[in-house]
Amino acid sequence: MRTSLKRSGRLAAAAACATLALSACGSSSIDEQTSENKENAAASGDCGELNMAVNPWVGYQADAYVVGTLAKEKFGCTVNYKDLKEDVSWQGFGTGEVDLVIEDWGHPDLEKKFFEGEGDGSAQDLGPTGNEGIIGWYVPPWLAEKYPDILDHENLDKYAQQFKTSESGGKGQFLGADPSYVQFDEAIVSNLDLDFKVVFSGSEAASIEAFEKAEKDKEFLIGYFYEPQWLFAEVPLKKVELPDYEDGCQDDPAEVACDYPVTTLKKVASTSWVEEGGPAVDLVKNFEWTNDDQNEVAKYIAKDKMEPEAAAQKWIEENPDKVEAWLG
Amino acid sequence: MSTATDTTTPAVDTTPAASPEPEARSGPSRWVLVVAVVVGWVLLWLVVRGQDTLQLAGRERTDVMRWLGEFRDGVIASRDTNALVAFTGAVGEGIRTLFGELQQVFSLPAFPRPVPQIGWLGVVALATWAGTAVANLRIAVLVAVTFVSYGVLGYWEQGIDLLLVTGLSVAAVVVIGMPLAVAVGTSRRARAVITPVLDAMQTMPTFVYLLPVVLFFGIGVSSAIVCTLVYALPPLIRIGGYGISAVSTSAIEATDSTGQTSWQRLRKVQLPLARTTIVVGLNQSTMAALSMAIIASYVDGPGLGEPVLSALIRNDVGASLVPGLLIVLTAIMLDRATTAASERAELAARGRGLRGRARTVVLGVGGVVVLVCVYLSRTYLPLAAWPETSLGRDLADTLDSATDAVVGVLGGAGEALRNAISYGLLNPMQSLLAESPWWLAASALVLVSAALGGLRAVVPTVVFGTGILLLGLWHSTMLTLTMVLVATVLVMVIALVLGVWMARSRRVDLLLRPLLDAGQTIPAFCYLIPVLALFGFGRFAAIAAAIVYAAPAAIKLVADGVRAVPETTLEASRSTGTTSWQEITQVQLPMARGSLALAANQGLLYVLAMIVIGGLVGAQALGYDVVLGFSRSEEWGLGAAAGITIVLLGLMLDRVARAAADRTGGRVDARSRFTLPRRLSPTRT
Amino acid sequence: MTATDARPTPDATGRTGGAGLEVRDLWKIFGPKADRIIGTPDAELSRADLKAKTGCVVGVKDVSFDVAPGEVFVVMGLSGSGKSTLVRCLTRLIEPTHGTVRIGDDEVTSCSESQLRELRRHQVSMVFQHFGLLPHKQVIDNVAYGLEVRGMSKKERRAKAGEVVDLVGLSGYETSYPDQLSGGMQQRVGLARALAGDPSMLLFDEPFSALDPLIRRDMQNEVIRLHREVGKTMVFITHDLAEALKLGDRIMILRDGEVVQVGTPDEVVGAPADDYVADFTSDVPRSHVLTLKWVMRPPRPDDSSEGPVMSSSTIVREAAQAALASDHPVRVVDDGELVGIVDDDAILRVVVAEQAPPSARQGSGERR
Repeated sequence: MRTSLKRSGRLAAAAACATLALSACGSSSIDEQTSENKENAAASGDCGELNMAVNPWVGYQADAYVVGTLAKEKFGCTVNYKDLKEDVSWQGFGTGEVDLVIEDWGHPDLEKKFFEGEGDGSAQDLGPTGNEGIIGWYVPPWLAEKYPDILDHENLDKYAQQFKTSESGGKGQFLGADPSYVQFDEAIVSNLDLDFKVVFSGSEAASIEAFEKAEKDKEFLIGYFYEPQWLFAEVPLKKVELPDYEDGCQDDPAEVACDYPVTTLKKVASTSWVEEGGPAVDLVKNFEWTNDDQNEVAKYIAKDKMEPEAAAQKWIEENPDKVEAWLG
Repeated sequence: MSTATDTTTPAVDTTPAASPEPEARSGPSRWVLVVAVVVGWVLLWLVVRGQDTLQLAGRERTDVMRWLGEFRDGVIASRDTNALVAFTGAVGEGIRTLFGELQQVFSLPAFPRPVPQIGWLGVVALATWAGTAVANLRIAVLVAVTFVSYGVLGYWEQGIDLLLVTGLSVAAVVVIGMPLAVAVGTSRRARAVITPVLDAMQTMPTFVYLLPVVLFFGIGVSSAIVCTLVYALPPLIRIGGYGISAVSTSAIEATDSTGQTSWQRLRKVQLPLARTTIVVGLNQSTMAALSMAIIASYVDGPGLGEPVLSALIRNDVGASLVPGLLIVLTAIMLDRATTAASERAELAARGRGLRGRARTVVLGVGGVVVLVCVYLSRTYLPLAAWPETSLGRDLADTLDSATDAVVGVLGGAGEALRNAISYGLLNPMQSLLAESPWWLAASALVLVSAALGGLRAVVPTVVFGTGILLLGLWHSTMLTLTMVLVATVLVMVIALVLGVWMARSRRVDLLLRPLLDAGQTIPAFCYLIPVLALFGFGRFAAIAAAIVYAAPAAIKLVADGVRAVPETTLEASRSTGTTSWQEITQVQLPMARGSLALAANQGLLYVLAMIVIGGLVGAQALGYDVVLGFSRSEEWGLGAAAGITIVLLGLMLDRVARAAADRTGGRVDARSRFTLPRRLSPTRT
Repeated sequence: MTATDARPTPDATGRTGGAGLEVRDLWKIFGPKADRIIGTPDAELSRADLKAKTGCVVGVKDVSFDVAPGEVFVVMGLSGSGKSTLVRCLTRLIEPTHGTVRIGDDEVTSCSESQLRELRRHQVSMVFQHFGLLPHKQVIDNVAYGLEVRGMSKKERRAKAGEVVDLVGLSGYETSYPDQLSGGMQQRVGLARALAGDPSMLLFDEPFSALDPLIRRDMQNEVIRLHREVGKTMVFITHDLAEALKLGDRIMILRDGEVVQVGTPDEVVGAPADDYVADFTSDVPRSHVLTLKWVMRPPRPDDSSEGPVMSSSTIVREAAQAALASDHPVRVVDDGELVGIVDDDAILRVVVAEQAPPSARQGSGERR
C-alpha cells in the first residue's frame, strides 16, 4: 500500500517533469545553441579558455570583467574568473592556471622571477591599461581642511594622539590596506620614526567604509589609499606628503622611507597563452581606458552593488566607440 | 607617556583574576601559585617593560624566514627536476583535470554546449534519487530543497562545486582512512604510531595547511582537495579505529573460538559491529571536509566559500550571507543524510523498513524518472540552465538592510562591548604578554604551566616555546596568545553560565540544545559574516568569531558534565539544606570538573583555529602573518614561519591544558575528545 | 533419578563422540618476559610477591590433568583463581606461557596457526559467559557462524544450523536477532553455535552465571540432556559449587592458578584436600552429595542381615527414607560383597547437621 503510493508519487513527478519540459519547448534548444557556439568559434578562431586572475580591489574587477565580458561575447571564450592575490596569480602563469593579470601595479621582484631574461619567461608585459596608479597616505577632506598642516608628514606626530584607537596600542593608528597590496607603510612609519602603528583594515571595502565614516563623523583617520578609485568622486581624500620618491628608494623593503611612485598600470599575460594566439590576445593588447572609465564601472559594482558582469555589460553598451577601438 | 601608564594599570587587577576564573574551583592551592606567578610577573614587568620584546621592526625578517623563503623558491624552481615536486605537481594536475571533467558534467558549460552535460533538472533528480537510495524520503526532500535553493538563489555552480570538492575529498578519506582506522583499531603498535600524528594534525589550525599545500599542489581545486583530505582524515581514523577496537571482546573471543581467520574476524565481526561508530566518524569527516572546503576558497578552491570571501572583501554583508546560508543548508543536508543513511543501513540489515523487493521497485521506477529528467535536461535549455532571477540579489538586499537595522540597533552596544573588552581585558593582557621582555614572559609561562600541570606541562612548554623563540615570531605569538586566552576565558564564562543553566533547567536545555547542535554543524567561516557586520574588522571581530565558534561545544560539555552528577548526590546535599548557589559551587561544578577541563581544552583549540582565520578580518599577529605570506611572495618565509609557530603554539596549549586537566581528574583522552560531535574542529576531537 | 546415572563412566568411550584432553605442566604468566620466570625460584613465589617483584601476574600455575573422552570435567574456583584463563589456554585463545595441551591426537600447544584454526573449526567449541553473539546476525546465522567460517555454502549451513536450533529448543526463533531474546535464550543460541560444528569437545566458560537462578537450573538440565544425547567431552568452568557438583563427573578446584584438588563430587565434599576446600564445601547439603561409602562403617559380625541392601554409590539422601523406615541398619553391598553397614545415626548425622544453616545456595543445588 505504502509502496504503491510512493510509486504513484513517482509517476506523478515524472508527469510533472514532462509537462514542464514540453511547455518549455518554445524556447531555443540546447542543440541549436551548441551548433551556434561551434559556428562562432569556427568563425573567430577558437578562443578556448581565458583564465582571468581577479585581484582583490574593485578597480581591478572593473578591468577584468569588461575585458572578460567582451572576450566571452565577441569571441566565445570561456572566461574563468579566479579570485586570487597578486602574488599567487603570478605563480599561476607557469602552471597554466592563470592566463591574464589585467591590472598590475608593478612587481619588480615578480618580474625578475617570471619575465624573460632573469626569470623563467612564463609571463610577459602586454602594455599599459591607460590607468595611472597613485598610491599614498590619505586623510579625509574635513581633516585636511581643518588642519591643513597635517598634509605634511613632518607634522603627523603632532596629531598622533588624536589618531589613537583601541587597536593601536597607545600610538596613532595608521590604517593599512589589504595585506596583499603593494605597500611599505610599516617600514615608512618606523624609518620616519613616526608615533604611529599600522593596523590593517584587511580589505579595500573596509578601508573605504572607514574613510566614509571618518568623513561623515569627522573622525581622525589616516591610511593607505590609491587612485584610480571611485570613492574619490564621493569623498575626495587628500594625499599626505611623504619624502619624494627616488629611483631605488624602495629596493630594500625594510629601508623604505619615501613616497610611492606614480605607477603606470599594465597588463601581464602568460607567455603560453599569448603564443596560442587566440582572438582575445589582441583584445587584451588593445585594451586601454582612463581612470574615469574604470571608476565608473567600479562604482556600479561597489556602490550600486551590481554584479560585476552586469556592470561591465552596462558600460560596454554605453561606450560602443571605445569598445570598437579595442576590437580592432 | 602618562597615558600609556594609565591604560596599563588595570592589568594588575584584571589579569590575575581573569585567567584562572574558568577552573578556579579545581584546587585552590594551584591557583594561588598561578596568581603568585602573575603578580610577580606584573611587578617585574613594571620595571623592565618594553625591553627585549623581540618585536620585528617594520619589514625586518629573520634568517629562518629567509631560509624558508629560499626553500619555497627552490621548490618552485625544481618543478621539473625534483621527483617529489614533480609528483605532487602531477597529482595536482590530475585532480584539476578530473574535477574539470566533473564540472562539465554537473556545473559548468561543456563547450560547445552552452550548459553542462546534465542540466539542473537531471542533477536535482539524481541527487533526490540518491537521497532516497541511501537514506529515506525525508532526506530526499531535504536534498531536493537544498539543490533547488542553489539554483534559485543563483549559486548553482558554486553549490555543486562545493559538493564535488567535499565528495571527492570524502571518497579519498575513506580510501586512505579506512585501512588506517583498521590498523589503529586492531594493532596497538599502529595506534601508538598513528595517534600522536593525528593529535598534531588536529591541533593544527586549518588555515595553516594551506600555505605548504599550495606550494606543492598548485592553487585551485587541487590544493582545496588535498587540504580538505588532510583535514578530514583524522576523525574517521580516530573514531573508526576506536569503534573497531571497542568491539566487545566477548564477540571476538567467541567467534575466534570457531576458528576464523583474522580477515574473517575483521570482515564479519569487527567491521559490522563497529559500523555505527564508523559512520559517526564518516559523518564527522564529512562535516570537517565541508568546513575545510569552504576555507579553501582562500586558495581559489571552488565552491560556496568563494562568493562569501569575495563579498567579505567587498564588505557586502548581504551578498555574503546568502551563500553563507546555503553553506549552512548544505551542512545540515550532509549531516542529516549521513546520519539517516547509517540508520537506514541498520534497519535494512534488520530486514525492517521498506522490504527489499518493494524498495527495489521504488528505486527502479525512480531511476527511470531520473533518466527521463536527465534526458530532458540535456535537451531543453530552461531545464538545463537556471533562469536568471534576481531572487538572490533581492534576498541579499533584504538581508543587508536587516543587518543594517540590527547593526543600527546593536552597533552602539557592540562598540561599547568591543571597547570595554579591548581596554579592560585585551589591552592590559597584551601589554603584559607582549611588552614583557621575552625572557620574563617565557619564564612566567613556564612557571604558570608548572603550577597548572606539573612536569608534564613544563616539558612541552619549554620544548615548543623554544621552537617558537627560534622561529623569530615571539612578539606576534604573544599577541595571538593574548587573543586566544581572552577568547577562551570568555568562552568558559559563557559555557559555565549557560551550561549550568541548561543542566539545571530542562526547558532551557530543550531551547538551547538544537541551537548548539546547529551551531556545531555550521562551518567556521560562516561565523565571520555576522561578527564582521557587528564589530567591524579588527582583533575583536576575530575574538567574537572565535567565541561564537567555540562556545557551543564548550557549553554542551559543561552541561553534560553537570547533568552527569548523580541525582542521589544532589539529594544528599539538598537534605543538608544547601542553597542553589551552594549546590552549584560546592557539588555540581567540583564533581563536573573533568568535563570543565575538557571544555576548556576544546575551547582553547577551537579558539586558536578561529583566531588564526581571523587574520583575514584584520586580527593582527600570527594569523595576519600567514595571510601576508599568502599574499606576497617576498613574505612567504614569514607566513611559513608563522604557520609553524601556530602549530607549536597549538601543541603547547593542548599539552598544558591536558596536563592540567589530568591533574584535575578530567582525562582528556582520545575517547572523550570525540564524544562531542565535532565539526570543523581544529583539534581534537 | 540420580546424576550418576546420567554420567558416562570415564572409560565408556565407545558410547561417546568425545575426545580426550591431556594437560601437562601448564603455565600462564601475564607480564613482560613472563617465560623467563618458569623454572626459577621466582616461580615458587606467591602471586602477590611475584607481582611485587617482577610485575608479572600468574594466571595458571603448573596445572596438569586429564579428561577422559565423554567425561564432564568441571573446573571450579572463585573469581581470580585462573579458571577462565585456563580454559582459554586449552585452545590458545590465550597463549600459554609453558606446558602442553593435547586434544585427541592433536598437540594444541605446538599447532601452527592454520592447524589451530582447523582444530577450533572441527574439534573444539566454546560457550561463553557473555554469549558473544553477533548482534547484526539472525539467530540462525549466529548458529551457523562456525560453519560459515569453514566456508560452507549458505544453504547447507543454514540447514545444518536449523537442526541444531531445534535441538536446543529454539525452533521458531531462527530469524530473530539476539537482542530480541532473553538471556537464557541467547545462551541457547551460544550453545547451538558450539554444537553446530559437531565438535568432539565442548568448553563452557561460566556459561550460566549471567542468568537468573531459575533459568540457570533449566540450562543446567539442558546441558545434562544434551550430554546424554550427544555425548561430547565437556570442560565446564564455574564458580558455583552446586553447579559443579550437579554437572561434574570430576571436579578440579583451583586457587590462585594452582590445582588444589581433583576428584569426584563426593570425594571433594567428603574428603576436602585442605581447609580452603573444606570451607568451600561447608555449605553444601552433604546428604545430596555424599554416598553411603562416606558414612558406612566396616561390617561387624553382629550386624543384622535384614536391613535394606544398597550400593556404596547410593547418595545418602536417597538412602535415608528406606534406611530410617527399616528397623535394621542398611547393608552396603558392592558386587555382591558386603562392604559396610550404615546405621540410622550415621544418616541422621549427615541429614540433621545441614538442617541448621540452610542457605539459598543449597536450594539451587537441588536435583531433579
